[in-house]
Amino acid sequence: MMTIKVLTGNYAVAEAVKLSGVNLITAYPITPQTPIVEKLSEYVDLGLIKASFVRVESEFSALAVAYGASICGARSFTATSSHGLLYMHEMLWWVAGSRVPLVMAVVTRAIGPPWNIWDEHTDLLDQRDTGWLISFAEDNQEVLDTIIQLYRITEDPRVYLPGILGLDGFLLSHTSEPVDIPDEHIIKSFLKPRSQPYTLCGDELITMGNLPRARDAMFMRYDIHLSMERAKRVIKEVDLEYSKLVGRSYGGLVECYRCENSKYLLVGMGAWVGNMKDVCDELRDEGYSVGVLKVRFFRPFPYEEVVGHLSGIRGALVFDRSISLGSLGHLHLEILARASSIGKHTIIKGLIAGLAGVDVGVKEIKESTIKFINEIEELGYVKDSSEWLL
Amino acid sequence: MLSIKDLPKEKYVLPGHSACPGCPESLGLRFVGMALGKDVILVIPAGCSSIIQGVMPSSSLSMRVLNVPFASAAAVAAGISNIRGLLDIKVIPVVWAGDGATADIGFASLSGAAERNDDLIYVCVDNEAYMNTGIQRSSLTPYGAWTTTSVTGKKEGKKELPLIMLIHKVPYIATASIAYPIDFISKLRKAASIKGFKYIHLHAPCPVGWRFDPSKTVEVARLAIEVGAWILFEAEEGRVRINPPSTIYVDKSKRRDVREYLDIQGRFKGLDGREIDVIKKLIDDNWNVLLKLT
Repeated sequence: MMTIKVLTGNYAVAEAVKLSGVNLITAYPITPQTPIVEKLSEYVDLGLIKASFVRVESEFSALAVAYGASICGARSFTATSSHGLLYMHEMLWWVAGSRVPLVMAVVTRAIGPPWNIWDEHTDLLDQRDTGWLISFAEDNQEVLDTIIQLYRITEDPRVYLPGILGLDGFLLSHTSEPVDIPDEHIIKSFLKPRSQPYTLCGDELITMGNLPRARDAMFMRYDIHLSMERAKRVIKEVDLEYSKLVGRSYGGLVECYRCENSKYLLVGMGAWVGNMKDVCDELRDEGYSVGVLKVRFFRPFPYEEVVGHLSGIRGALVFDRSISLGSLGHLHLEILARASSIGKHTIIKGLIAGLAGVDVGVKEIKESTIKFINEIEELGYVKDSSEWLL
Repeated sequence: MLSIKDLPKEKYVLPGHSACPGCPESLGLRFVGMALGKDVILVIPAGCSSIIQGVMPSSSLSMRVLNVPFASAAAVAAGISNIRGLLDIKVIPVVWAGDGATADIGFASLSGAAERNDDLIYVCVDNEAYMNTGIQRSSLTPYGAWTTTSVTGKKEGKKELPLIMLIHKVPYIATASIAYPIDFISKLRKAASIKGFKYIHLHAPCPVGWRFDPSKTVEVARLAIEVGAWILFEAEEGRVRINPPSTIYVDKSKRRDVREYLDIQGRFKGLDGREIDVIKKLIDDNWNVLLKLT
């Protein structure tokens, strides 16, 4: 039996964690993640989740507690935002390097100074190189479904890496939408019992993390890289299996919206992809040949899919709600890294927009898209390959 | 009363470890194994003990070991501790952390775990400086001591960490010394029998950093107690009790001259009379505070 609830993104996270059979939850409050902590704390206290809840003194300790529990065999969960995520950065490397499956929700938020609680993706994308799977949700249904999927993906023996779901601060975290809650028995059979490469609390006396020979340590890094590559297949398989059980698919690594035979593509991650789809519909009605490519997983990065969709088209406008200062937006950089495979025919432009919570809606996206298309149609090129939408 | 004959003969620190000659930490690790046996999982943040284990895939420690980031040890152990019941796990999480990892960078996570009363044993193995990085001062380096970042002698006193932990009102705190293994082992076993957060502060003279001959590690540790510079005590549920042999040194006249302890170490070389008076006063002050609590 299926249940529809009206949930904020944060409560969708809590519902997903409740369905996922976690043993330990730990978190430190930070806006706009706080309602996740409050709701899960309440669920544990009321006995609705049979888990240990550790109310820690910092985000760094939150991930350290989750790590200790996970390495001894617990399915764990934590959540954070912005400065909290930066504060736990060292632990992110340690968790991934230990090959410990673990799931975290990151409610994306700008980084100070000045203090700023509004949405931006730079906090999450700053974790790009840590060895965590990184995904973004477009709406609250995808928030719930992806958290559940991530437990399955991270605990797959071909992956054995931790994973993050990013949801846009306030745009999703504090916005209510109808969310279909899957049946708990279906999710239980879908997730299977906890699986991980080793546990330190069994009978075997294991030492984890002492000094390596350099070549061994380099091989361990290579092994993470290989697992990231393997994770691409796992993400697609899991999405397919989930869709058979629950009736919803997100395309695995990327979602292509009206992009078949499109001359132009809008490329983006997270909540504003919803606006891009609206813009796409309007522009299609007005005769433009436009589609949307939603990048659902940023790590592992779906090069094959992106190259496939961008090859042969006339132009791709890449929207970044993040910036690597002194360079470009993170998604733009990833796509440019495979520009030679995409081919010279496709003009790729990056747009830095919506930083620090600046509102970007249908109007702004539509204007930028029309400008981009007209420039290419008139000149055959774009004057600026990267631009800030200030 | 525990006797040396009762201790297990099993080796928990195997030959071929990478500790320096005369290292107090390899001694201390042996005592942890002897006290708690195979159920231990050592949670070790960055420090000398990260190195002592040796190079993977081997390990010189015949115990479960989880190496963790510098500031994280108490929290990682808390994670293990908090799922023991749910997953029916038998292991005893024991943090084995140096003075820097405990009193400086890891202090927030230590204080957090103590306040939550997480069920674990935290051992601070205190060699009074950042020895693994090459002898830099920490907040547990004593007044007057030379280190590479206090070349004219440290101007500040030693942070009173055992008392700070006592004021956290945890079920058990104790000090110990590598010169008194039976005392340390008994305290570890007592700690393991108590539910909640247990803190043991182990004094561990380092021949490399303190500038003394590697054959004298135990002698220096014993002298620290005999001059009154290190006091053995424990507190169960906040009730403080001085432990032997420090009980003798409650009487100040029984204490040996502090200069015997200072002169055996190169790190206190060149202290003038005023500085030695400061050290004497700091020792007296510590005793006075502690005796008021007993």
